[in-house]
Amino acid sequence: MTNDRKRSTVTRMTSAAVIGLMALGLAACGTSGSGTSPGADPGPGAGGVEGVDDGTSLTLWTRAPMEQQAKLLVDAYNASHENQVDLTIVPNDDYVAKVGAAAGSGGLPDLFAADIVYVPNWVEQGLFQDLTGRIDELPFKDEINAGHLEAGTYDDAAHVLPFVLDISVLFYNKDLYEQAGLDPEAPPTTLREMAEHAKAVDALGGDVDGTFFGGNCGGCLVFTWFPSVWAAGDEVMANDGTESLLASETAQEVYDIYADLVASDAVGAGTRDETGATWVAPFQEGKVGVMPYPATLLATTDESVDVGVAPIPGPDGGASTFVGGDGIGISKDSESSDQAWHFLSWMMSEDAQVEVLAKNGDVTSRADLADNEYSSQDPRVVTINEVASQGRTPVARNFQQAFNAPTSPWLTLIRNAVFEGGTTVPEDNDEITAVLQQ
Amino acid sequence: MSVQQAPVIPPPAGGLPPRSRARRLRSSRGAALRGWAYAAPTALFVLVFFVLPILLVGQMSVSDWPLLAGNRGFNAPDNFRDAVDNRFFWDSVVFTLTYTVIATVLLIGLGLGLALLVQESGRWKGFLRTAILVPSALGLASASLLFYALYSPQSGPISPLLEALGLVEGPVSFLGSPGAALWSTVFLIVWRFAGFYMLLLLVGLQGIPHDVFEAARMDGANRRQTFARITLPLLRPSLALCTIMCVTGSLLAFDQFYILTKGGPDNSTITVVQLIYNVAFQGQNDLGIAAALSFIVLAALVVINVVQFRAMRAPEGK
Repeated sequence: MTNDRKRSTVTRMTSAAVIGLMALGLAACGTSGSGTSPGADPGPGAGGVEGVDDGTSLTLWTRAPMEQQAKLLVDAYNASHENQVDLTIVPNDDYVAKVGAAAGSGGLPDLFAADIVYVPNWVEQGLFQDLTGRIDELPFKDEINAGHLEAGTYDDAAHVLPFVLDISVLFYNKDLYEQAGLDPEAPPTTLREMAEHAKAVDALGGDVDGTFFGGNCGGCLVFTWFPSVWAAGDEVMANDGTESLLASETAQEVYDIYADLVASDAVGAGTRDETGATWVAPFQEGKVGVMPYPATLLATTDESVDVGVAPIPGPDGGASTFVGGDGIGISKDSESSDQAWHFLSWMMSEDAQVEVLAKNGDVTSRADLADNEYSSQDPRVVTINEVASQGRTPVARNFQQAFNAPTSPWLTLIRNAVFEGGTTVPEDNDEITAVLQQ
Repeated sequence: MSVQQAPVIPPPAGGLPPRSRARRLRSSRGAALRGWAYAAPTALFVLVFFVLPILLVGQMSVSDWPLLAGNRGFNAPDNFRDAVDNRFFWDSVVFTLTYTVIATVLLIGLGLGLALLVQESGRWKGFLRTAILVPSALGLASASLLFYALYSPQSGPISPLLEALGLVEGPVSFLGSPGAALWSTVFLIVWRFAGFYMLLLLVGLQGIPHDVFEAARMDGANRRQTFARITLPLLRPSLALCTIMCVTGSLLAFDQFYILTKGGPDNSTITVVQLIYNVAFQGQNDLGIAAALSFIVLAALVVINVVQFRAMRAPEGK
């Protein structure tokens, strides 16, 4: 009796132990066939520069932060073409796992977007088809955002086009500025000035805070703090993304300014714990004075807050931005690459860039379309477009592990420097370099 | 479903006829065959969903197997070396063990206390049992999300409530420091699982015959003596079951930490399973090392469970 019970319980326990293993096992099923390189396609392919529009059903995956723009683009395409795109939105945190599992089993959709910082690694792993020949045929090739194109270029072959550009800019709450006695038309031009403004707004009291940032979110911090380093003319990485320069004097100044804001309690409650799930929420609720913010959220945020927009400055001036967002390419598993290219070439056209993206207040992926009938109506969009052209996209193969992962050494560096008043920046920076070189 | 296709031989009425030896042999062979047929579906499931995945994970653990690139061939024992060399490996082992001890002690202790409480008949019995058991009806992920919102420094109601009651000064950061994050998660787990263990122990308690208690009372045992000499020893099988379930469950903790803390703050709450997930999907994207870690965890679990069974069984043999 005891023995029977023992055996069955052992089995049950071991089964429980293996549920985790099974998840891995399933994710990796059939991975063996995926080492092959994507179908090399140097030429423009069937249908020429426009691709083929013959009523094929295409699948497209993207991650949740790009939901609004992806839906607008797909709806506009489906309404005006024979091909029909079926859009799947995946939660941000699950996207890498989902793409990884699909890549292993040969089940990638025809088209999929990727966070631009992951693109170099994914291209190198052969998840995207070579689009060099097709992109070269585009008459406006030189106008396409260079940072995104470069991130998708491996061995001189281009694989990825910009899907949605998400750049970081300063958002400030004009109502709160006025209440705090600041000029709502004079945004900060240096990071130090931003800190002063934040403290002034914070002095209003109540549930209003000066500024906010994702203190436990590596991806948010990369997006919002790198520009301050670039604005001062410095670099964040060297040697093709294998060496971290984040212990430079400029970088230290940036950390010190934010550390001072934390020390004087001008940051919102929860800044320290913010893992990225809700880092944009407090500003949208009108509780934050000024903070670096994703420009894609201008339309959404405008519904609840009177938003002012300015470029992200360096400690003593300058301006830059992180040209993030998603790149998109045709997957190695797609059997309808001519039709999938049709969607991509339409996406780069004036119809899509101006009539869909710019109309929604988004940045266009083509420099020649930055000035358009919609952008000129809103000076804030003009600001965003101007700063986009000064922006940067960092390229590193191990970007995710070094910066975005919850266990990343970058997060350790920031938390030590900003919350612990630490002096460990050089050591922590060495750890980032070590991970970048793995 | 193959159960229905199994050869169904009606049991011989009134036992075996004594005269035919051959027939008895054949019939016992038939019984054995029938037994195998009954066991076949389960065996098939175990094979497909347990043995095969383990073999696959075994293969992965000795192969160079990046998530996005697939199998690149044999490389043992590199994965196991990299797994142990991972900069969070020992931290995660220590944290998982700490968490397991805290969770098990609290859950079994509270579960037993609650079971004793609601076993006594009283007018609140039904209400109490329901109230304690209801959280168990919620999935662990949903419960974690609920507490994520409750703990949220921006919108959570608990911190302002504590402030209004004057119990604390200034906002409470439930997930902000390593200690707070651990105890906040333990609180969620106790809330979610105490009722479940109460139920298991309650069943054990009610399985103890009343006459034993009566006999003890007639012998003049007081409440504490009854508890220590009657209830606890007779509850031993239930307690063993609960402990083993709780220890195994806690060692494999993932959902609650993945949702509440993501291993933070400052990498202080990384459990072993979370480390496996991180290595596989968040950054390193290496299924080989993740599989090696999984094997290490599996081996540790088997050893821990064998030890537990030995420990729980020992006094019965005396």
